Amino acid sequence: MWDHKIGLFIPCYIDQLYPRAGIAAFETLRRLGLNVSCPPNQLCCGQPLANSGAACETVALCRRFADSFLEYDYIVCPSSSCVYHIRHHYEKIARSEKVEKICDSIYELCEFIVDVLGIDDMKLLFPHKVGIHHSCHGLRGLELASTGELIQPRYSKVHSLLEKAEGITLTKLDREDECCGFGGTFSVFEPHVSVRMGTDRLSDHLRNGSEFITATDMSCLMHLEAIIRRQRKKAKVIHVAEILKTCRV
Amino acid sequence: MSQHSKKARRFLADAKRAAWHDETLWMVRCKRDRAAEAVDDWENLRGQASDIKEKALENIPQYIRQFKEAARQNGAIVMEASNHVMLQGYVATILRSNGALRVVKSKSMLTEECGLNEYLIEQGFTIIDTDLGECIMQLRREPPSHIVLPAIHLRKEEIGETFHKHLGTEAGASDPTYLAQAARKYLREQFLSAQAAITGVNFAVAETGTIVVCTNEGNADMGVHAAPIQIHCMSIEKIIPAMADLGVFTRLLARSATGQAVTAYTSHYRTPKPDGKMYIIIVDNGRSERLYHPTGRSTLKCIRCGACMNTCPVYRRSGGHSYGQVIPGPIGSAIAPFRDFRTAAGLPFACSLCESCSNICPVRINLHEQLYYWRQEMNSYRSTPILRKLIMKTAALVLAKPLYYRLAGSLGRFFLRYFPFMLKLPLRAWTRGRKLPRPERQTFRQWYARNASKHTS
Repeated sequence: MWDHKIGLFIPCYIDQLYPRAGIAAFETLRRLGLNVSCPPNQLCCGQPLANSGAACETVALCRRFADSFLEYDYIVCPSSSCVYHIRHHYEKIARSEKVEKICDSIYELCEFIVDVLGIDDMKLLFPHKVGIHHSCHGLRGLELASTGELIQPRYSKVHSLLEKAEGITLTKLDREDECCGFGGTFSVFEPHVSVRMGTDRLSDHLRNGSEFITATDMSCLMHLEAIIRRQRKKAKVIHVAEILKTCRV
Repeated sequence: MSQHSKKARRFLADAKRAAWHDETLWMVRCKRDRAAEAVDDWENLRGQASDIKEKALENIPQYIRQFKEAARQNGAIVMEASNHVMLQGYVATILRSNGALRVVKSKSMLTEECGLNEYLIEQGFTIIDTDLGECIMQLRREPPSHIVLPAIHLRKEEIGETFHKHLGTEAGASDPTYLAQAARKYLREQFLSAQAAITGVNFAVAETGTIVVCTNEGNADMGVHAAPIQIHCMSIEKIIPAMADLGVFTRLLARSATGQAVTAYTSHYRTPKPDGKMYIIIVDNGRSERLYHPTGRSTLKCIRCGACMNTCPVYRRSGGHSYGQVIPGPIGSAIAPFRDFRTAAGLPFACSLCESCSNICPVRINLHEQLYYWRQEMNSYRSTPILRKLIMKTAALVLAKPLYYRLAGSLGRFFLRYFPFMLKLPLRAWTRGRKLPRPERQTFRQWYARNASKHTS
C-alpha cells in the first residue's frame, strides 16, 4: 500500500559505537512493511562541527549528504539532534534545491511513525520500567513533546508510542524536560557542569524507578551510560528503536 | 579550559551548595510555569510583547525624541549619555551641583554595567544599594550573581555573618525574619538621610514621558519620595511606545521572573516633587551598535526578568559568577561578545543548546540561535587556539571522505575496545566523571552489508 522509498540515515556515532540502535531502527521500519534501505555512501551530517562553531567547514559534508539521499521520498533517522541540524541549519550552510528537498523530507524515527505513517498503536511488547529522556533537540527543536516552558496542550509522541506497549511501566520524572548535559562538544568544553547535569538526570530516573532509560538520541544515552558505568549504577540505556523493534503489526 | 569552565568547577566543588542553588532556581522556574499557565493565551502575550519591542526598536530615534519632549514638558531634566563615562560624569555633576553627598540607589543593572557605584565612591560620595539582595552584595563587595535574585548563591548563614560584621546583628544569627528586620532598620536610616535617589528604569513610555520602575520591596519609591533629587538611569531600549503597551509587559515581567502575578510595586514617575528635581539620563553605551547588528539586535528586546537564568541547566549548576559578566546566563552570553569579544570567547560554548531559554523568554529572544551564531563567529576569530582549529579542519575532512571515515572509525574503535586506557589521557575531559563507550564488534555499515538482503519486508 505504501511504496514510497525510505532512506535510513544512520549517524556516524551510531554506526561506529552503537550499531544495535541503527539495526533496531532498520528492523522496525522493515517490520512496518516499508521499502527501506541505507545508502552506502552516507557519512556524518556535520552537526558536531557546526555546533562547535565550524559550520563553514561543513559545506562539502552537507552537499554530500544531500546527494546521497536525493533519490528517496523520505529520510528517516534514529537521532533527533542530527535531524534537527539538517532541518534547521542546512539551508543556511549550503542552500541549494537538493538541500531544500532533503530538509523537507527528513524525519526522526518516532516522528515519522506518528506523523507520516499515522500509526497509533504498534503492538509493542516491553515488560519493563522505562524512563523516557527527552533529548533537547527532539523535545524543543523537533517539538516531539510539549515542554514546561511553553504553555500549550500536553503531548509526547514518544510516550504515545510507548505507553501502549504490553507490560511497560513509564516512570514519572521530577523534571520532565531537563537537559542531560551531553550537548556534543559541550561535554568536553564544560566537563564538570556536563557530568553534574548527567548525574542529576540519572538520579531523577533512579529515584523514580527507571530500569531502562530510553531516548530518541543515542548521544544523550552515551553520556548517561558513561556516568552509569563510572558510578556503578543499575539502570540500562536503550535507544527507543530497540523498544519499537518489538512491534507486531 | 575556558574561564567559565574553571569557575564552574570551583562552584561545583561545593556539591551541597550547587545542589541547593540548582533546586532553588528550579523551584522558581516551576513557580513561573504555574503562573504562566494561569494566564489566558500566554504564548500570544509573548508574541505581543515581542512585536511591541520590535516596533520600538524599529523607530527608536523617533520614540526617544517623543519621550524627551513629553518628559521635559512634565518638568523633568533629560540628558543623553553615549557611554558609561558620560553617565558617571553626569551623575556626579548633578549630585555636586545640588550639594548631595549621600545617595540611595534602587536596583539598576545599567548602573552596574557602567560602574557607577565605584566611580561615585571614588569621587567621595556615599552610595547605598537599597534592594535587599543588592545591599547584601554591596556589603560583601561582590557583584550580583543573578539580575533579579542578586544573592541567590548565598546561604542565610553567610548573610547572617555579613550582617554581623557590617550591621552589628548577633553573631551566628541566621533567622531570615531577624535578618530582614535588621536590614530594614539599616535601610530606613539610609532613606531618611539620603539627599538624592538613583533608580533604574523598567519601562519608559514615549507617549507620556513616564518612567516605570517595578520592585518588590518598594525601595525605589522610598528613595524617590524621601530625597529631593531623583535620578533615573535608563538605557535606550527601555522605551515602549504607549501607556497601553505597558500592561503587556507588567503581566509578563513578574510571572517570568519569580512566578508572582505582578511585582509588589509598579511605580510611575512622571513629574518632579514640589521643590524637587527629576533627572532622566538616557544611556546608549554600545547599544546602537547592537541595534544595527542583524543577529544581536533582538537581545535589545530583553526586559531583564532573569527567566532564562532560572531555566538554564548550566547557569543553575555553575552559578552567576562563573560568567564573569554583569549580566550572566544565556542573555549575558549573547550580549557579552558586544562588550568584549575576547573575554566573552568561552561563553557561547557554556551552553548545551537545550533551547529552554528561547522557549521561556517572555519577549521571544532566540537566545539559542544567538549562541549558535557566536560559536561560528568565535571560531573564525584569530584567537581561537590553533589546535582546536586544526581538529575541526581534520574532522571536517575525515567526515567527508568515506575512506578516511572508515579508517578513522576502525582505528578509534580498535583502541576503545582493546586499549581504552591509552585514550584516557587525551580524552581526560570526558573520562573524569565518565567511562569511555565500549564499541561493539562490527559497525552498522558492516552489519548492513552482510544482513540487509536477508531482511524481506
